[in-house]
Amino acid sequence: MSYNVTNLLYLITIASFILALKFLSDPAHARRGNQIGAVGMVLAVVVTWIDIGTTSWWAITIGMLIGGGFGAVAARKVKMTAMPQMVALFNGVGGGAAALIALAEVHRILPEPGSPKIDISLAIMLSALIGSISFAGSMIAFAKLQELIGGRPITYTGQQFVNGAVFLLAAGCGLALVAGVQDEWLLWVLIGASLLFGVLFVLPIGGADMPVVISLLNAFTGLAVAAGGFELQNNVLIVAGMLVGASGTLLTLMMGHAMNRSIANVLFGAFGQVTAEAAAVAAGDGGQQVRSASAEDVAVMLAYAHKVVFVPGYGLAVAQAQHDVRQLADLLEAKGVEVTYAIHPVAGRMPGHMNVLLAEANVPYDQLKEMDDANPEFSRTDVALVVGANDVVNPDARSNTSSPIYGMPILDVDDAQTVVVLKRSMNPGFAGIENPLFYNPKTVMLFGDAKASIVKLIADVKTL
Amino acid sequence: MSHGTILVFEVTILVLSIFLGVEVISKVPTLLHTPLMSGTNAIHGIVIVGAMIVLGLPDKSTYMWVLGFAAVILASANVVGGFVVTDRMLEMFRKREPAKKPVDASQDGKGT
Repeated sequence: MSYNVTNLLYLITIASFILALKFLSDPAHARRGNQIGAVGMVLAVVVTWIDIGTTSWWAITIGMLIGGGFGAVAARKVKMTAMPQMVALFNGVGGGAAALIALAEVHRILPEPGSPKIDISLAIMLSALIGSISFAGSMIAFAKLQELIGGRPITYTGQQFVNGAVFLLAAGCGLALVAGVQDEWLLWVLIGASLLFGVLFVLPIGGADMPVVISLLNAFTGLAVAAGGFELQNNVLIVAGMLVGASGTLLTLMMGHAMNRSIANVLFGAFGQVTAEAAAVAAGDGGQQVRSASAEDVAVMLAYAHKVVFVPGYGLAVAQAQHDVRQLADLLEAKGVEVTYAIHPVAGRMPGHMNVLLAEANVPYDQLKEMDDANPEFSRTDVALVVGANDVVNPDARSNTSSPIYGMPILDVDDAQTVVVLKRSMNPGFAGIENPLFYNPKTVMLFGDAKASIVKLIADVKTL
Repeated sequence: MSHGTILVFEVTILVLSIFLGVEVISKVPTLLHTPLMSGTNAIHGIVIVGAMIVLGLPDKSTYMWVLGFAAVILASANVVGGFVVTDRMLEMFRKREPAKKPVDASQDGKGT
């Protein structure tokens, strides 16, 4: 196929990706969009294959079967609650592929006469650097979310200094390559240092900030792929990579905005470090009473309410209670109670995590209210049922300037007549921050595993 | 075409892609942010094209072969996994059905 025909066909792929993203603006068409994107991807693979001809066709086939087989099985088997780490994993391997392509390209062009063009060596440096950071960072994010390593921030003194030094080493090797030093080992050192940096950079970030990190690493892989497009002078890589890079960056900024924190604070703030101070403050006003209730009491409250709002958090995902929550909601609706769900943008471990879980349990999406729509409703809500959420309903974010989450927009559940909090124990949440909501006279606590508590509530509501 | 001409052309489409990416995404509701992330994740699986080009180079050394082969494996995991996960998520989003069906017993056992 000629260069022009190939690129015209790639243009169809590009258009399909843009349509895929465009269709995502409406849940009714989103799935169709994703399928259009997949068809575009298949087209790009076929076109590329025709271009290559029969060289290494069997190696390409076997490689695709191994990788694609793993991807298909992993994506099919994974539970919806484990989706964030799966997205992190697939993101990481894409970054890894971009770094490998950079290694191959540098090996190919260095022996050629004359020094490589500066834009090509710059692209190689960037795709190796960003791709490796994305690969290693995503693997650590995966390990944290899969609880292979602790989710709490890991910090030590001089951490920022060490991270900075490792990054400078990587960047220095890259600049040497760009400046014309023709040594392949520079790229190996660059990749080694970038991998180390990726690990060091994600380790100190707490589990609660993972949505931002995954979103950022996704943007990174996009940028690495776009740089790969410059290496190979391939339009489809440039456009598709940059679409992801730009949209991922925007999504990351939106998430930071939803937490009222800068991205720098998320990445380098080692959130959760401030807990000692916050805990001391909380201990200072100790002696406050927590009201706990039995499932029967809560069932009565729910069954005779006019309006109930469920407020899900990561605890819902951990307990896998989404199906039971839906069942409880159905029962209440059958009794004439108005039920909605209030979803905080950063609840869970992935942007929009709660929406996916509840959708899995067949909750219709028009019942899922975003924060700005949900907040005015709380004042006419009888019962706000908080299932495994903590920081996103913490009133300290509104009023306590010394709280680490001060300024973060929250769901104003305390405007409701009664707040019921389903919680395992009085331990502070993932971020380790004390929550005065639990001591609010309006609040009753229903202790126990979220799933077990909901199942009990279902049984009790049925008997009413 | 000279190298410089191609480069200018590439930079042009790069910059246009940035604006397009921002424009298209700003209309996505937070409801769909997870599928959005997962869908863009699948799209950067286009790196498979690059991996195929490397593995498809004629007369390459074993070293190049290993790099290309590993890149194809990683990239195809990215592509297939990305699209399948996104499809699974989007399949679940549905509107309220007009007539309320009785609680589906087969659904309730799932995920336990």
